[in-house]
Amino acid sequence: MKLPLRLAVFGVGVAGLGFLLVWGVADLPPFGHYAGPYGDIITKLVEPQRHMANAVTAVVFDYRGFDTMGEELILFSAASAVALLLREIRERDTVDVVDAIRSDAIRGLGVLVAAATLLLALYVVSHGFVSPGGGFQGGVVISAAFLFVFLTGEYHAYARLMPTKFAEPLESFGAGAYVALGLIAFGFGLAFLENFLPLGVTGRLRSGGSAALVNWASAFAVAGGFLLIYAEYLEGNMAARYRRSKP
Amino acid sequence: MSVLPYLLAVFVFLVGLYGIVSSRDLIHLTVCVSVCQSSTYILLLAIGYREHATAPVYGDIPASRKVVDPVVQSLALTDIVVAVAVSALLLAFALRAFEHEGSLDPREMAELKG
Amino acid sequence: MVPLQSIALLFVALGALLVVLVRDVVRQALILSLYGFALVVLFLVFQAPDVALSELVVSAVAYPLVVVAAIARIAAHRKRRGE
Repeated sequence: MKLPLRLAVFGVGVAGLGFLLVWGVADLPPFGHYAGPYGDIITKLVEPQRHMANAVTAVVFDYRGFDTMGEELILFSAASAVALLLREIRERDTVDVVDAIRSDAIRGLGVLVAAATLLLALYVVSHGFVSPGGGFQGGVVISAAFLFVFLTGEYHAYARLMPTKFAEPLESFGAGAYVALGLIAFGFGLAFLENFLPLGVTGRLRSGGSAALVNWASAFAVAGGFLLIYAEYLEGNMAARYRRSKP
Repeated sequence: MSVLPYLLAVFVFLVGLYGIVSSRDLIHLTVCVSVCQSSTYILLLAIGYREHATAPVYGDIPASRKVVDPVVQSLALTDIVVAVAVSALLLAFALRAFEHEGSLDPREMAELKG
Repeated sequence: MVPLQSIALLFVALGALLVVLVRDVVRQALILSLYGFALVVLFLVFQAPDVALSELVVSAVAYPLVVVAAIARIAAHRKRRGE
């Protein structure tokens, strides 16, 4: 279909869709006057009932933990599918890869930044129930810390530090631990993913009960998934650039 | 004025849709899909906002202070991280399609021809 | 509505338009990162620090990496096919 004709058909369609969307959106409560009861009930109950200071992380890992498990399994399957699609082109013996970064200053700085980022990532994950943070954000920052090694240093250092065969168990461990924590609650006679540890004091790092363990499990799962995705893309690029034999 | 954020969400969604339809490159198409996804985050957060309220973190505010809705924030938070993995998957599809067909133009691909 | 929110909304609208209208994919990767930053400011002004943190790490690290890695792979394939 030629572009002008396609754009004309699209114009008709988007006019109709836009009218319907604007009509639907005009009936929402005006901006700034949130009306629903669900949010108010949760914010009233978060501190006394759950001993958690961050209401958003409490909703993610405790009140709606089953939802988050579904999202995490989406991440798991997406990372596995990327590995499935991109794994054929890989060369095991990229020993004669020429490292692009020759400056020692950049490498030293990269090591410092990577270590600092890893520390920041662990801080973000562990303070999930005390201040803004949590497993999902911290997991991405963990993967960023390992990425700094690749960006400022050698490909070999990155490949030795986080090869694919290490990212996969990390991701599987995270996803499996999430489900296992839900199943462990059965052993205590509670519902799936219900809290089975003492709740602790609000504002301390140990508050939250078993939702804190769920927090760490999802951090590992997210970090492993992203590292797997990066590894597939980057190793494939390295192999495509430096391969010695045609497929 | 009070429906402006909702209209912005609709606008961003339609802009992303235009980008998908008129795209000449599969990678550009994937980025436009992510723009469409970001419009849903804007809509979710705009629904939960409350005037003169603060973030729903109770570390240093009294328990009686007005806060915005935490439920929609939790939906948007997990959604953002998962959307990146799905975009990576779409880009992997685009790479495979390039190896198969030899070009990244969706208009030249036999299977995508409409 | 606070004036800061109006400005943030304006930048997000502008950013979305720019992301879609830029045709060169390398430039689009950069503008996508800037659009993510505009979204972070918008989420902060909507009193959502967790969502802003999530969008910040994603738009600074994950999105540019996968898009640029895909572009580099395509360029390597094209060079090998051309030679």
